[in-house]
Amino acid sequence: MPSNRAVRDVVLVDAVRTPFGKAGANGIYAETRADDLVVAVFRELLRRNPGLPPERIDDVAVAATTQMGDQGLTLGRTAGILAGFPRSVPGQSVDRMCAGALTAVTNLSSGIGVGAYDVVVAGGVEHMGRHPMGEGMDPNPRLIAEKLVDPEALFMGKTAENLHDRFPHLTKARADEYAVRSQEKTAKAYADGVIQQDLVPVSVRSASLGYGLATADEPPRETTVETLAGLKTPFRAHGRVTAGNSSGLNDGATGAVLAAEEVADELGLTKKARMVSFAFAGVAPEVMGIGPVPSTQKALERAGLTIDDIGLFEINEAFAVQVLAFLDHYGIADDDARVNPYGGAIAVGHPLASSGIRLMAYLARSFEAHPEVRYGLTTMCIGLGMGGTVIWENPHFDGKKDA
Amino acid sequence: MSRFTTDTIPAGAPDELVTEAHYRLVDLPGGAGRAALITLDNGKDHTKPSTFGLGGLASLSAALDQAEAAAAAGEIVAVAVTGKPFILAVGADLTGVGQLTDREQARVTGQAGHDVFRRLGELPVPSFGLINGAAMGGGLEVALHCTYRTISSGAGMLALPEVFLGLIPGWGGAYLLPRLIGPQNAVKVVVENPLSQNRMLKAKDAFGLGIADVMLEPADFLVQSLRWAADVVTGAVVVDRPDLTADAAAWDAAVAAGRAFADAKVRGAAAAPYKALDLIAAARTSTRDEGFAAEDEALADLVMGDELRAGLYSFDLVQRRAKRPVGAPDKSLARPITKVGVVGAGLMASQLALLFVQRLEVPVVLTDLDQERVDKGVAYVHGEIAKQLAKGRLNQDKANRLTALVSGSTSKAGFADASVVIEAVFEDLKVKQQVFAEVEAVVAPECVLLTNTSSLSVTAMAENLQHPERVVGFHFFNPVALMPLLEIARAERTDDASLATAFALGKSLKKSCVLVKDAPAFVVNRLLTRFLGEVTAAFDEGTPFDVAESALDPMGLPMSPFVLLQLVGPAVAFHTSETMHQAFPDRYGISENQRRIVEAGKTVLLAWDGPTPRIADDVAELLVLGDSPSTGDEVRQRALDAIAQEIRLMLDEGVVAEPQDIDLCMLLGAGWPFHLGGITPYLDRTGTSERVTGARFLAPGVASVPTA
Repeated sequence: MPSNRAVRDVVLVDAVRTPFGKAGANGIYAETRADDLVVAVFRELLRRNPGLPPERIDDVAVAATTQMGDQGLTLGRTAGILAGFPRSVPGQSVDRMCAGALTAVTNLSSGIGVGAYDVVVAGGVEHMGRHPMGEGMDPNPRLIAEKLVDPEALFMGKTAENLHDRFPHLTKARADEYAVRSQEKTAKAYADGVIQQDLVPVSVRSASLGYGLATADEPPRETTVETLAGLKTPFRAHGRVTAGNSSGLNDGATGAVLAAEEVADELGLTKKARMVSFAFAGVAPEVMGIGPVPSTQKALERAGLTIDDIGLFEINEAFAVQVLAFLDHYGIADDDARVNPYGGAIAVGHPLASSGIRLMAYLARSFEAHPEVRYGLTTMCIGLGMGGTVIWENPHFDGKKDA
Repeated sequence: MSRFTTDTIPAGAPDELVTEAHYRLVDLPGGAGRAALITLDNGKDHTKPSTFGLGGLASLSAALDQAEAAAAAGEIVAVAVTGKPFILAVGADLTGVGQLTDREQARVTGQAGHDVFRRLGELPVPSFGLINGAAMGGGLEVALHCTYRTISSGAGMLALPEVFLGLIPGWGGAYLLPRLIGPQNAVKVVVENPLSQNRMLKAKDAFGLGIADVMLEPADFLVQSLRWAADVVTGAVVVDRPDLTADAAAWDAAVAAGRAFADAKVRGAAAAPYKALDLIAAARTSTRDEGFAAEDEALADLVMGDELRAGLYSFDLVQRRAKRPVGAPDKSLARPITKVGVVGAGLMASQLALLFVQRLEVPVVLTDLDQERVDKGVAYVHGEIAKQLAKGRLNQDKANRLTALVSGSTSKAGFADASVVIEAVFEDLKVKQQVFAEVEAVVAPECVLLTNTSSLSVTAMAENLQHPERVVGFHFFNPVALMPLLEIARAERTDDASLATAFALGKSLKKSCVLVKDAPAFVVNRLLTRFLGEVTAAFDEGTPFDVAESALDPMGLPMSPFVLLQLVGPAVAFHTSETMHQAFPDRYGISENQRRIVEAGKTVLLAWDGPTPRIADDVAELLVLGDSPSTGDEVRQRALDAIAQEIRLMLDEGVVAEPQDIDLCMLLGAGWPFHLGGITPYLDRTGTSERVTGARFLAPGVASVPTA
């Protein structure tokens, strides 16, 4: 055994993202490559952290769900080269669908923990305009023939409807109310200048309009419960899941620097969150939205904590009902102020594999604003029935009970 | 101020691939306010760079209308201009210039550029030129009109190349550049670089000269440029612009140095560099209006002159005709080249081996009669590779690869699997015939045999072979690494596949190939020998050396006649003239003085102890000179008459397809200047062609101002 084999603490040094766009021909990124979004994020990370010598980066992992075309070719390596990282910095690609970036963070952090890495860069991207969900998918026929997976499990909106079936008290009205709050919280966070702090401006080119600059999220909108009540339910006739109480189809990229705490101290890097534990768990694929419940349970157990120790929650809002199911399970009110204080994916969007790091960026801002909180978590549901949770400690924690 | 719109474009203006100026509002990072971002884009990819014709100017004018309105309404705090990926813009669309027949029309075109571009420098908000890629001529001038400039460190092809063609930077460049970067740097960009094989600036150079205020990396150039612009707008960044016009003496000295440079290059024979220097000189004290008006007038003068028309003609030959050789067989007939044999290991053969291995990266085998020569040839190539390694032009792996590819032998057995064998042995028909016979005994039947002969008959070289159809003339110019021309000679029995292979090989070697008939000395040497022969004959007859040596100065050739003779070497020059005399005794004479010099073993003709060379004393002693001197004008006209006659004969004999090929050969093989158009436009415009041969070589308008 090497003499230095001691578990080391991992800190989140920084997390940034591109503004998220609407997928499709009219979206801001319609003519922008996915890998260029990652490059923009990587360069901003280096620019914001001048104390980090790029040659100290020991590995780069980038997540994408559809690893084809401009999201293929081992993005962690190509985006590093394109961003100007030294050739000595290696890279890899990661896939756990929606939890891709979250998994890139946990994988690399494990490496830091055991002493394999000092500093890493994790990222995620999904350009759902260029790569629609399920592009090139070729499911093994046995999945259906042998009833290994319910056919509805491959359609995320249907799994959300299934969740409403399982929990009849989580009504469409509650989902719509939750969705409106997400939009309102996002609008307030923008007005307060919180969200902009971690956005990377991206140059966008359109052959017909020329160059432009993406500086703000495209999806957020003003809405009301009344408006949402009238929306179509595309996944089931007379269903409950609508475009209004779901995240959209989006383009965007995220990136984060993580380091061993001792190395962050040595280099004078910022410490925005300290990793406490993480866990992934599987559930029935046709109700994938319940995944965060068991993954959080596992992460809490491994940390020796309970849900009551968690002062801030960043839950990915793939669907409002999936957040409500989580809150319902843990006895937390729909409008609890600790949950997604700056809004969530229903408002800003959910470019699949990129979202995990957005949650971390938001939690880091919340930690900064709430030194009275010691622990927070980031969690998300994952296609084919999974959940992933990371529990973080607030480096700004001041030990006082309440501010 | 006048407003240029699509309605202003005169009827009958040439068709144009319009560069659109897309107008889009963006929020500057950091909350610095809103900016108008204009993107210049002709809708094609980077292989078709954006240019400005009248339609493009109208589009930019319309975008500036929007910007002015937005600025007046307080809606924007800045205007920025950039280009499509890799290209800002590469200047005026010159396709229509050749048709202009009216000076006023020419002046209006220049003025239109000023009217639009200058608005970028006269907005109520600061403007930013974002030089994202290639920016030449009017493309760079767009940025020069802006208040500030950023440049991508990945940008290449930055230049004001107008003087190279016979123009001046006439859309503000001649006035604005010296005031921005100082007269000395401006003279370098406007005059010296264009006259030095049209040298381009890289981003680092342009930034160093002061053309841009900040250099940013290409990966996120636009975003960082806009961030920098935001910092300028908020006052976080302040750009210091010292007044460079105060020092009149320095300004005059810089212009004088530019004049000396132009004299050395063109000897007063081309107007453009001198007009550009006049504009730079005046820029110190002129107002914007005066400076721009002076550019309009200078541009109109030049556009209505034959020098520019010849320049555009030359540019077209070099850019287009050189890349698509007239008469070359279909390239699909070419056979792949996987190994090259070189017969001979002397200096020429070694240079060829080096070129082949670098460009083709296939095995190259040198052979010669004895091991010592072989070793020397191989060592030369290996040494040159090592030099490039030391200079950092090759990395160690590539150097290893190339070194391992070059081998030598006294036996031709190594040619057995070669696709091509080139001979570069002594210029003697019998020797070359024997070499090819020996090579043929070893190689496969489809192996192409090339000869680098400069004057022998390729057909004769092939006649005793079993497969004469595979022999092609492949004539390089010295130094082979630098000179861009390859004369490819088709012998009587050469087949299409062999010829196509030779053209493909020439292209792989990055040479410009011209198809010529198998005729003595092909094109360049035939004409140069005739041309110089007349000058040396006049000298032998009693024309004073200085008169003969400077007789061609009004043409602005790269080298005076005796300096060129010295460079070629008396022995080689004499050998060539003997060969030509044998072929055409009535037109190609033999200089008895040259014979004496060669027989006395003299290799140095000239002494350089004054500002101009003179005949070396030991050479002068050998000369027998006549007593019928000519004037410089007489010498020049005699030489021009001679080549006019020779070109007509060559065209009649079918040595090349058209006068354009003659001109292309002289531009690329002899380095004759653009303003002569190679040579036939000059012979036409001086009336020489008609007087000597009864007709022009080119129709009016092809390389001259058309008759209206």
